Amino acid sequence: KQWYQRRVAITAGSERALKLTTDAIDLNTANYTVWHYRREILKALKCDLEDEFRFTAQVIESQPKSYQVWHHRRCLIQMTKDPSRELGLTESTLSDDAKNYHAWDHRQWVLEQYGLWDGEFDYIEMLLQRDLRNNSAWNHRYFVVNSTDKWNHETVKKELEYAAKYIRKAPNNESSWNYANGIIKKNKFSYDEFPEFIDFCIKLDEDKILSPFLYSTLADIYQASGKSKRAHELYEKLKECDSIREKYWIYKQNLL
Amino acid sequence: ESSVEKIYSACMGKTRFNDTFPLNKQRHLAYLHKGLKKLSVNFECLDSSRPWLCFWILHSINLLGDSIPKSHQLLIKEFLLSVQHPTGGFCGNVNQLPHLATTYAAVSAVFSLDHEECYELINRENLKRFLLAMHNNDGSFTMHLDGEVDVRGAYCAAVVSTLCSIKSDEMFHNTAQWIAQCQTYEGGFGSRPGTEAHGGYTYCALAALILLGETRCINLPLLLDWACHRQMRFEGGFQGRTNKLVDGCYSFWQGGIFPLIHHILEGEKSTLDRSSWLFHQQALQEFILYCCQCPSGGLVDKPGKSRDFYHSCYCLSGLSLAQHSREKVVVGDAANLIKPTHPVFNVVLENVEKVLVWSASQSKTNGNKIVEND
Repeated sequence: KQWYQRRVAITAGSERALKLTTDAIDLNTANYTVWHYRREILKALKCDLEDEFRFTAQVIESQPKSYQVWHHRRCLIQMTKDPSRELGLTESTLSDDAKNYHAWDHRQWVLEQYGLWDGEFDYIEMLLQRDLRNNSAWNHRYFVVNSTDKWNHETVKKELEYAAKYIRKAPNNESSWNYANGIIKKNKFSYDEFPEFIDFCIKLDEDKILSPFLYSTLADIYQASGKSKRAHELYEKLKECDSIREKYWIYKQNLL
Repeated sequence: ESSVEKIYSACMGKTRFNDTFPLNKQRHLAYLHKGLKKLSVNFECLDSSRPWLCFWILHSINLLGDSIPKSHQLLIKEFLLSVQHPTGGFCGNVNQLPHLATTYAAVSAVFSLDHEECYELINRENLKRFLLAMHNNDGSFTMHLDGEVDVRGAYCAAVVSTLCSIKSDEMFHNTAQWIAQCQTYEGGFGSRPGTEAHGGYTYCALAALILLGETRCINLPLLLDWACHRQMRFEGGFQGRTNKLVDGCYSFWQGGIFPLIHHILEGEKSTLDRSSWLFHQQALQEFILYCCQCPSGGLVDKPGKSRDFYHSCYCLSGLSLAQHSREKVVVGDAANLIKPTHPVFNVVLENVEKVLVWSASQSKTNGNKIVEND
């Protein structure tokens, strides 16, 4: 009986303590110490964490940029091994703010831990259809390809075609150019391994598309193939039409 | 863009860009000194960030060339002592856990004071223990006990251990390799491997790698290209990520990348123009002066946003970097020149020199014990 009474006292005390942390979090979501104590209490109480998932989702709704609440969510998943709510949660957060850094970080972590890759390309495509300038979605695409496939010639070629589709729609969208150039450079390929992409860029230039991203891509392509004079001319063009970066274009010219 | 456009058109209408346009030093100082003394109840959300408030305000006052009365410095010393955790590191407030970010802020705040006796408040042995405890096997750092991992941790640990002379190989084992994994296909760095290239995290990654002497693992041309493209061609200020909005604080996080890249490139034979940075220093200063000053003192994210001490600190830090290339560039008025800040630590240069001397003497005398036993 004494043991039982003691257990009740501890649990009741802990429940009160849990309520205290709720109040403290309400006053200051960034109090990382209180969140830690809350986790200790939750572990001691050994309760079903269903309510805690609900609570965290509410805090995320009102404070979607708090490091602490997202980390707390990660801890809950580690405790319960249950990621079933997370894709829905991050999708919901991202529908309010499609670039929320914490939401993307959390989504990536869940995908990687639990291998929930199915449907992810469709999700990215949906986001890009909504806003093809969403750089977070582009970054996420790189992450998904990187995690599920190898960056071999075939993959890069396919991804270049994907990027080209979006470049055509909006030639002044930096995100799609960064993706195309990035997948080549980061994976240590060279442009001449992708003649279709080179032709695509040349054609855009012939069609008189005005885009500093096109010019700098072409300049890199020409430099790589030894056509320094053509690269030099493009840097001249860039010094004029993208003059905020004049010093950089001069630097690149001097490297030729 | 339209709020910025209104400002630039108004300025071009009334004055020309080469007429004087002042940095309102006195008004900013009034705001800062008031903030140091007391903060209203609205600041509850920063209740776990009090060392940050110390640093943001002290550093801003230093940049503006003003000083803090010794009596205030001693009060600050007392406060920072009160948030130093008995087991090492500094907390967001009393009765909290130590945190790497508040530790960085507290240490930077201490070194932003100009009385060396204040430096002694730092318990170096315990601090070293705290940093070691936050270090993970894969090289990353956890921000606090049971806390999150991201690249800010490596930066905070690298700065603090360098300035206090408590660095060790063990403390940074695998760290450079972990940081290198944070570089994305865009060239900037994210918070963790896989996340989007972002100005704040990129600055932390680069500065940490420089402090660790491990810059060979960076794809430098890719980083430089990304960083140069973060300056907004219309506004002149920097954005944090591709296709996002300009924000005054990135004047430092993104602007700060350039002196760091210069430092690395100067080590190699290069065709670098050593007299200036590779971004448009004038345009950045124009953005800060015209668009980021609050008329009643303090600086802001962008027109229409309210002032705060974080933006005051980082707009001024960015302004300082933009002014202090080898050849000075001072926009608006010669009197706008502010003090130079150290691009790696973001503490005013004159203090860093003092700190490094003090810190070297610490490790020679009682510090040797730490180095040998661990």
